[in-house]
Amino acid sequence: MRNSVGGWLVWGAVAFFLVNLFGLVASVVVNSFATQWFGTWWPAGLTSSWYSTAWRELDLLGVLAVTLQVAVAVVVLSVLIGVPTAYALARGNFPGKKLVTVLFLLPILMPPMTYGIPLATVLYKFDLAGGMAGVIIANLVPSVPFVVLTMTPFIEQIDQKIEAAARMCGANTAAVFGRVLAPLLVPGILAASILVLVRTVGMFELTFLTAGPGSQTLVVSLYEAMFSAGIRAQQAVDAMAVIYTGSMLVLLVIALRFVNPTQLVTRMKEPT
Amino acid sequence: MIADRPSLRHRLAERGVDRTLLLLVPGVVFVLALFAYPVLYGLQLSFQPAEGGGPFANYRKFFADPYLADTILITLRLAIPAALVNVLASVPIAYRMRGRFRGKRLLTTILVVPITLGTVLTAEGLIQYLGPVGWFNKIIIAVGLTDEPIRLVHNYWGVLFSLIITGFPFAFLLTLSYLSGIDPTLEQAAATLGADWRGRFRHITLPLLAPGLAITFCLTFVLAFSVFPSAYLVGLPQGETRVISIAAYEAAFRDADYPLGSAIAMIMAAVMLVVIGLVLAWRSRLYRGATGGKG
Repeated sequence: MRNSVGGWLVWGAVAFFLVNLFGLVASVVVNSFATQWFGTWWPAGLTSSWYSTAWRELDLLGVLAVTLQVAVAVVVLSVLIGVPTAYALARGNFPGKKLVTVLFLLPILMPPMTYGIPLATVLYKFDLAGGMAGVIIANLVPSVPFVVLTMTPFIEQIDQKIEAAARMCGANTAAVFGRVLAPLLVPGILAASILVLVRTVGMFELTFLTAGPGSQTLVVSLYEAMFSAGIRAQQAVDAMAVIYTGSMLVLLVIALRFVNPTQLVTRMKEPT
Repeated sequence: MIADRPSLRHRLAERGVDRTLLLLVPGVVFVLALFAYPVLYGLQLSFQPAEGGGPFANYRKFFADPYLADTILITLRLAIPAALVNVLASVPIAYRMRGRFRGKRLLTTILVVPITLGTVLTAEGLIQYLGPVGWFNKIIIAVGLTDEPIRLVHNYWGVLFSLIITGFPFAFLLTLSYLSGIDPTLEQAAATLGADWRGRFRHITLPLLAPGLAITFCLTFVLAFSVFPSAYLVGLPQGETRVISIAAYEAAFRDADYPLGSAIAMIMAAVMLVVIGLVLAWRSRLYRGATGGKG
């Protein structure tokens, strides 16, 4: 069956998709190095000056610093809020558990645009939007539930008897958490953190709705640069897009060392 | 004091209410304050129109104005084909990638790369690659398929392509994980009984996979239905691809009419719920027992 006509058709379609995808990425990369490129197969000359232009004119250093601060703050806060909740959900069996689970599922399932507009309205009402704080708060809304949902199955598979044994040996609650649970949780927290990091750096809608000047992350200022394309050379915008994709690719490669590709979109593990 | 009933604390603990639940407090307070409250606030705001005229004035305005009401159809016309293409393309590819083979991880990684591209690079790439002087048009002219460049960006097709590129990795990974959850011995048993691959797929794999496909369709549909930046960048934001997010964003943040913006966001959520409800209603009629998988 492997070499049947259908099989070749499928691989052909995959190849067609990948070739076009490659062409798409390559035209952006080539253009970011082009001195001029009008209607020919290959640009007239190559230069790397657009990268320094982008660095200077679009204040890339500032934008990268903002992106890093927002991403780190979101990761740390969502782990601090999400992991205790995941622990309670994994261990407890209490009335209303289903309701709480649904409450944490909704912000992930609903597209950011639907709850982002009311959320931004509320944040503007309390004068929180338009700055870093607003961007961080808005990005936490899908991140905390994401940490809860990735960590709950992870904690469920840690044997509860280990905790009981530690208590039998006289450990108090702080010691159980600090010296027994925490080391066991580290791999799960690491995986959840890197996934939240990738999602936050790539999150457009929520950041776009809540950011003001000086609190735009890379993806939003890239959009702004492209939207006001007439002002800037397209090559400089392309250089910025390449930098964005390059950093996302690095993050993804790091992420894939810790997690299975399937976990990027779901909390399911691919059975081995 | 000797009580004839166990203490309240003990009785609560028996039902699962103990101090562990305190750990839930920060998370639940957070979701209630920053997710549930804004959504409910937006809902009640949508019933308080800026210009008066009764609680439903915003909703009447939306459905009376074709410039606003048509956004629902425009968005559905983009989101349903995009979700269908993504799900239907994922099935045969994932079907052939179930087993273990050399380079599987590499191929999966390559198929997942579009996640890192982001909407903006995808848009920029589509404009340059599919544009009138881009490589794609150059190649099909050179091959002789057409005499003049085909218009593929700044219209419906540009946004559809962008949705397929960004949505496919999600659909593919979900389908792959559902397919890997189906026990391969079921198919082997069918093969032993003389079923050819068509029959095995039709009568064994597909019925077990269908509920998962319904969920995959819902998730990719939701992603596509809320399309926002690419409708601006590679579409025709005031015409063919004026999707519902654009209408909501412009009402709330360009015209500062938060009540109308919230009303449109609520309509957007309602349309999605209707479509998801229909798909899930169809799904509930399918077999949903064990798939025999370990995961």
